[in-house]
Amino acid sequence: MNLQSEIPLDYMIVLSTVVFFVGLLGVLIRRNLISMLMGIELMLNAVNINFVAFNHYLFPHRLEGHFFALIVMAIAAAEAAIAIALIINIYRRFATVSVDDVDELKY
Amino acid sequence: MTGPKIIFFILAASIVVFSILSITSRRILRAAIYLLFVLVAMAGLYYMMNFQFLAAVQLMLYAGGIVVLIIFSILLTSQINSKLDPPKRSHLLAGILTAVGGIALATSTLLHFVFTPSAALAVGTDIRSVGRQLMDTNLYGYALPFEVISILLLAALVGSIFIARKDRA
Repeated sequence: MNLQSEIPLDYMIVLSTVVFFVGLLGVLIRRNLISMLMGIELMLNAVNINFVAFNHYLFPHRLEGHFFALIVMAIAAAEAAIAIALIINIYRRFATVSVDDVDELKY
Repeated sequence: MTGPKIIFFILAASIVVFSILSITSRRILRAAIYLLFVLVAMAGLYYMMNFQFLAAVQLMLYAGGIVVLIIFSILLTSQINSKLDPPKRSHLLAGILTAVGGIALATSTLLHFVFTPSAALAVGTDIRSVGRQLMDTNLYGYALPFEVISILLLAALVGSIFIARKDRA
């Protein structure tokens, strides 16, 4: 299927920009660690849309954007696993997951 | 309006609407479910662009893995009836200003840039060619990043078990 004639690249760029800044807004306005993690996941996914769209529209003779998106996904999985381990440990120690209450670097 | 265009607008609208809902919803479990909808719609977008393998990985890894992890951690760390605190007015104002300003700046810059697509012939994106290229050691093969990622995942696995362990003997 040839998308170039149907959907311009600009649509994809605008979509990924909007999702990226919505994710950023989520990180900025929420004080809950898990909500902030969800905002970060939104931002990573917005970047992936860009990689895949540039690969498909501009450089279809190679799969560089495809593999980069794949690697970003693997790193996102590792990041989520580590972040959730940290969040659970923080909850065990402080009995809260709000960043305002977890302000002691040293306990 | 043709078929692909309609499908694209449905997917794009659901991505934008559900991502906004997922950051504004005050019930955190609902926010996680809205995030799941965003991720599934993105898999549809990848499928539209002919990257079937990437769409499958998106569904398995994000929808099947990360969202489940997030839901587990929500269930472990918060009461199911509790609502998130509404954001402070100053935070909300600064955040919205940043987001709107960022969107305006990024789109006004990117939409004025002229992209020149490559004229070369498109390469196949079926699973066979993706797998061949992923394990290829020649130019434009991705064997080294693949191995590095596998080491990173192993390190993350060991690290997260170590961090979340209960007793520190």
